[in-house]
Amino acid sequence: MTARVGVVTFPGTLDDRDTQRAVRIAGLEPVPLWHRDKDLKQVDAVVLPGGFSYGDYLRAGAISRFSPVMETVIEQAKGGMPVLGICNGFQVLTETHLLPGAMLRNNHLHFICRDQKLRVENADTAWTADYEAGQEISVPLKNIDGRYVADERTLDELEAEGRVVFRYLDVNPNGSLRDIAGITNAAGNVVGLMPHPEHAVEPLVGTGRTDGLGFFTSILKKLVNA
Amino acid sequence: MTLDTVKHADETPDVEQPWAELGLKQDEYERVRAILGRRPTGAELAMYSVMWSEHCSYKSSKVHLRQFGEKAPENDALLVGIGENAGVVDVGQGYAVTFKVESHNHPSYIEPYQGAATGVGGIVRDILAMGARPVAVMDPLRFGAADHPDTKRVLPGVVAGIGGYGNCLGLPNIGGEVVFDACYQGNPLVNALCVGVMKHEDIHLAKASGAGNKVILYGARTGGDGIGGVSVLASETFDDSKPTKRPAVQVGDPFQEKLLIECTLEIFREDLVDGIQDLGGAGLSCATSELASAGSGGMRVELDRVPLRDATLSPEEILMSESQERMCAIVEPGKVARFLEICEKWDVIATVIGEVTDGERLEIFWHGEQIVDVPPRTVAHEGPVYERPYARPDWQDALQADDANKLARPGTAEELRAQVLKVISSPNQASKSWITDQYDRFVQGNTVLAQPEDSGMVRVDEDTDLGVAVSTDGNGRYAKLDPYAGAQLALAESYRNVAATGARPLAISNCLNFGSPEDPAVMWQFAEATRGLADGCLALGTPVTGGNVSLYNQTGETAIHPTPVVAVLGVIDDVNRRTPMAFSDEGHLLYLLGDTKEELGGSAWSQVIHDHLGGLPPAVDLDREKLLGEILISASRDGMIDAAHDLSDGGLIQALAESCLRGGKGARIVVPDGLDPFVFLFSESAGRAVVAVPRSEELRFTDMCGARGLPAARIGVVDGETIDVQGQFELPLAELRTAHEATIPALLA
Repeated sequence: MTARVGVVTFPGTLDDRDTQRAVRIAGLEPVPLWHRDKDLKQVDAVVLPGGFSYGDYLRAGAISRFSPVMETVIEQAKGGMPVLGICNGFQVLTETHLLPGAMLRNNHLHFICRDQKLRVENADTAWTADYEAGQEISVPLKNIDGRYVADERTLDELEAEGRVVFRYLDVNPNGSLRDIAGITNAAGNVVGLMPHPEHAVEPLVGTGRTDGLGFFTSILKKLVNA
Repeated sequence: MTLDTVKHADETPDVEQPWAELGLKQDEYERVRAILGRRPTGAELAMYSVMWSEHCSYKSSKVHLRQFGEKAPENDALLVGIGENAGVVDVGQGYAVTFKVESHNHPSYIEPYQGAATGVGGIVRDILAMGARPVAVMDPLRFGAADHPDTKRVLPGVVAGIGGYGNCLGLPNIGGEVVFDACYQGNPLVNALCVGVMKHEDIHLAKASGAGNKVILYGARTGGDGIGGVSVLASETFDDSKPTKRPAVQVGDPFQEKLLIECTLEIFREDLVDGIQDLGGAGLSCATSELASAGSGGMRVELDRVPLRDATLSPEEILMSESQERMCAIVEPGKVARFLEICEKWDVIATVIGEVTDGERLEIFWHGEQIVDVPPRTVAHEGPVYERPYARPDWQDALQADDANKLARPGTAEELRAQVLKVISSPNQASKSWITDQYDRFVQGNTVLAQPEDSGMVRVDEDTDLGVAVSTDGNGRYAKLDPYAGAQLALAESYRNVAATGARPLAISNCLNFGSPEDPAVMWQFAEATRGLADGCLALGTPVTGGNVSLYNQTGETAIHPTPVVAVLGVIDDVNRRTPMAFSDEGHLLYLLGDTKEELGGSAWSQVIHDHLGGLPPAVDLDREKLLGEILISASRDGMIDAAHDLSDGGLIQALAESCLRGGKGARIVVPDGLDPFVFLFSESAGRAVVAVPRSEELRFTDMCGARGLPAARIGVVDGETIDVQGQFELPLAELRTAHEATIPALLA
């Protein structure tokens, strides 16, 4: 008995097949979801993968939020279903207001692809339970619109409620406020981050590290033991 | 303006036509008239002019390129050879790999971002059209002097364009080159390579057969961009006196291309196409004439059905437009409905624009009136062929006599150390990570090795861990000194780079970047380089699968260095056995493989320290390259080495520095008896590599080298946090890292 994790493909999504692989490696069943389809096929959790959905036209994530699939995702996320947004998926989550804040162009204005060190600040969310608070991990980062911003009050609130899930370590690669790399909603079921855990699940490829696997084993334990 | 129909052309033989403005020569225009038995219509003239341009017809290079076929080595792995969109190679387990390198030099100088972006887009569609899923890209780039103000305009635009397009397609960028030289100041070289993977049965070809089959144009709408790009841009020398050519550069939309890729792959999965061709240079003129020419029968096209971005475009402009992100498929009538359904799913516009006929003509109509009636082969495959005169330039002897081995050398160990730092921090030898970090190298999750490794490597099959490796290399300085040897050195380096990672080289693609073919000296360089490459491929057993020629890379009378860029593709049965370049384990022994001779002609040292180019390039020994390759592959397969790095520009010290920095470990190095430390560190003798051998494997490894006759000298050990060349100097890694990594950001960021 395993759990079913939906992976959404928008037009312009790039990391959907990679995310399906990561889900599979963690022992979960990946279920492809199509942007035009409201039906979530009875999945237990959803990942919004990285890419340039709808060409990032208007603003990254701005059009995706209105897609049929997102109607159901938003509704079920509000009901407690675990949702993970990676990179462009994080941008979609902020556009839907499931998560606060927004992403601006990197402060150096370039696309950046690097092995990024992160500190896990909150190991109590649906997607981080397999890590320990304070743990340092390295996963690839690759984006051009990755600078996390929010107003001071929101940032203070996120900090006070422990909703900053990941912080950039050593280098802040894009000018994100307070080094924020990822956040969660108040309930802890919705998590968004810019770096790519699905690219750090096999020793053979990518950076050669498996530090990202914990996202998927966290959700496996939560769903199967629940 | 009246429509210039076939009938009208017949009735008005004496109308003045702008053949010269469209890039045709007088005799070429006469030939078109002779083929048709009348003057061409405006639409026909447009087609012939773009298809007979240098870029599309290879009219100056064809007679030399024939050697790649004539001298091709026996090779069972070659499934599709020269002439298709890209060659296809069997890599085992039922998989086939297609790869090709192409140029987008001229557009990238005019408009760096779009020029480079559409270069990526074009080569990706070539690979897609073969039936393959694109799995990786690479970009061999050459710019003017690193500190020239215009380089700061061109380079960041090119890099952003490659990243902006490739990153949005979800294709890992796994390697390539960045070279600076004043000779590329007005003619940067922006070459782009793509690799695709498919099963043998999925191979598709560009041909239109079966009368009644439908011709479907799908992808982006056709606009006014890139009109005449081929004939005007790629085939003429830049000249200050002419107006700006910016409108002739195409504009890319990677989002549209990503949809086109996924849509096309789904169409392939359901076996819905009979023939397929991408629209690149020369747009619809090229796609329709090539499809019709390669197939049986003719083709009839209703040009007014083409979806337009700009409704005012004339039929001639529609035929010549190089709007990006378009494909043309030949589909059986019974499969059209499903084809259109898949396009709709991906929001891709698809239109039936014509059908295959049982005639022999390509016929194009505009609102019912015929505007083209031509034998397609005369447009696509039977264009003009020139035997351009060529002659060894009179300055070649003087250049070769200006011996780099006689340049002043460092007199003291201290001076040697200073020169090492100077070379390693020079723009060509410095780390390029500021550039390559702007490309996504992780997407698709199959990247086993990426730059700065010797070759990029991707996993092809997740269950068996089958993989392929690709490297691109070229050295215009060597080729200037001796084009024949220079082409072989590019081939040898690329071959060595693939073998260094443990992969077995199978086949090559090339991009031949040269000056004007109308200059006999340039033509001689071209003739020599192609001869060298063909002979080299025969010797190494790696056939040419296809490639691209870019001529007219010159400003006024001054041509670029002849720059043949060679891409070698290799296969590795198990990517777990790959050999990385990093020295990561202390105590591992360092062996230098091959012979080090006093060879400094064209070297990085001569360029950086003396701003010198003269003498002869390093000697080529392809048997030695083959042997070295076999040793590197065996050592990888049998787990005898832990790291390997090819020796090329910058010599041994460059390789040591890169491998030490990559692994974060130092090295203690002993200069072998009888070898001058300077030559030991800076010579660029070919056929060499440095490897790190675990002590437990030393005997087995040296026995293997001894038995096969490959010189292997123990030169040191991985150790500490400095490169310590004993009796000469010490270089702390921290100092080395700063020198190596700070240069490019300081110049360009």
